[in-house]
Amino acid sequence: MSSKPMDQVTWQEIEVGAVLTEPGSARAYNTGDWRSQHPVWTKSRCIRCGVCWTVCPEAGISEEPGGYFDMNMYCKGCGICAKECVTGCISMVPEEE
Amino acid sequence: MAHRVGMEVSIAVSHAVQMSRAEAIAAYPITPQTHIVEHLSSMVANGELDAEFVNVESEHSAISTCIGMSATGARTYTATSSQGLALMNEILFIASALRLPIVMTVANRALSGPLSIWNDHGDIMAARDIGWIQIFVENGQESFDHSVMAFKIAENHKVLLPTIINLDGFILSHVVEAMEFPEQELVDKFLPPYHPRFSLDPKNPVTMGAFAMPEVYTEVKMGHQMALTGSYDHILSVWKEWGDLTGRHYKPVEKYKTDGAKILLLTMGCLSEVAEVAVDEMRDAGLEVGLLKLRMWRPFPFADLRKAVEGAELLIVCDRALSLGGAAPPVLAEVRSAFYEMPNRPRTASFVIGLGGRDIPPGVFKDIVAQAQAEAQTGPTEEYHIFGVRG
Ligand code: SF4
Ligand code: SF4
Repeated sequence: MSSKPMDQVTWQEIEVGAVLTEPGSARAYNTGDWRSQHPVWTKSRCIRCGVCWTVCPEAGISEEPGGYFDMNMYCKGCGICAKECVTGCISMVPEEE
Repeated sequence: MAHRVGMEVSIAVSHAVQMSRAEAIAAYPITPQTHIVEHLSSMVANGELDAEFVNVESEHSAISTCIGMSATGARTYTATSSQGLALMNEILFIASALRLPIVMTVANRALSGPLSIWNDHGDIMAARDIGWIQIFVENGQESFDHSVMAFKIAENHKVLLPTIINLDGFILSHVVEAMEFPEQELVDKFLPPYHPRFSLDPKNPVTMGAFAMPEVYTEVKMGHQMALTGSYDHILSVWKEWGDLTGRHYKPVEKYKTDGAKILLLTMGCLSEVAEVAVDEMRDAGLEVGLLKLRMWRPFPFADLRKAVEGAELLIVCDRALSLGGAAPPVLAEVRSAFYEMPNRPRTASFVIGLGGRDIPPGVFKDIVAQAQAEAQTGPTEEYHIFGVRG
């Protein structure tokens, strides 16, 4: 498939059998736009242990400079990181319209 | 030189697959398809066919395995019937969406229930919309020829669609017929080795069967639709090439004694030969009756059918399956859609015959024509008739 945005691709531009020839094309899906809530970090209480990063099932957490963590556009808002955070420094906040 | 053989049609199909040099077969035995795959299995075991034969525990696995093998670039074959085809159902759509040129014989058999091992077209009609090319054959020679041609059609890079050859269970699959087999060299020349457009290859990785977001699902389906309707021209050119090599030419809608016919019967599969006998007898008796034999079911040959009925006043469609609670049995529904915008369309009459192995001798077609003629005066008593049902 071409590198066009997905909603502009025509049927003629799709490979036979919708085969994908580029690796890692799923990166272009910002799956996080489905979520109804997202985690918010209180950094003053974070000990930078990385447990949240480890338990996130969606690779939705990225490490930031300084060793702290934040969500990225693949976070689906499941809340596992908030549940598992060892210091309780993550809270889940509903998405605004 | 081609040579004449006398052989059970199922065995002939297995020879067609052997001569086509199928490389991968996965199948589960089910009556009345069993002889085909049983024989292929022996050929592989005896070293007469250099192919991978995968024994599986169900038809769902058979077609799933075929998808995997075809995706590696192997020429892939399977066969099934009835409940087996139904058990494959969800995977059949995936095979065609992935555009894998698997060839499958369906030895048509009634669906349960009640349990019946006998012939009708209920199995394939329930799988009508799977997005495969679907062809019907009427005798042993056609079964052989179309089995070979199916690989060439399916594997064409402009087509790349799985293909079903429908042959009637028992009344065709299990009869012994005289056929002409071509030499292996002719088949090899006609059908070169399969070169896939994409294959599962660690050196050149691709993703097959990826998820599609709502933004592209429709476009993917459009591509499939265009491939299936567009396969028409390629099917015809493969049939022509085979015809030029063997002298046996095939058309999407075959005509039999249609010149000047006011009444046309339309049949599919091997009952067409029985209908020919009936047409001969009716013609001898002075009735202007002809026969259309619908060979190509998917893609549906709309233009050929419209042309074939020009000049006819009444088309009698003989279905071999039901669409319970629906507007019409499957073939009639398609035919009526084809005619709806035609200015001088013939009237249609509809008879469902031969369900679950009910025998159809030539007299049935004569009775049907007589009943349809009578109703043409008075108007039909029902939307469609389930012919010969008691009570
Ligand atoms: S809410 Fe779920 S998906 Fe989002 S970052 Fe936390 S664990 Fe990952
Ligand atoms: S689990 Fe909690 S404390 Fe540990 S790094 Fe993540 S946010 Fe910080």
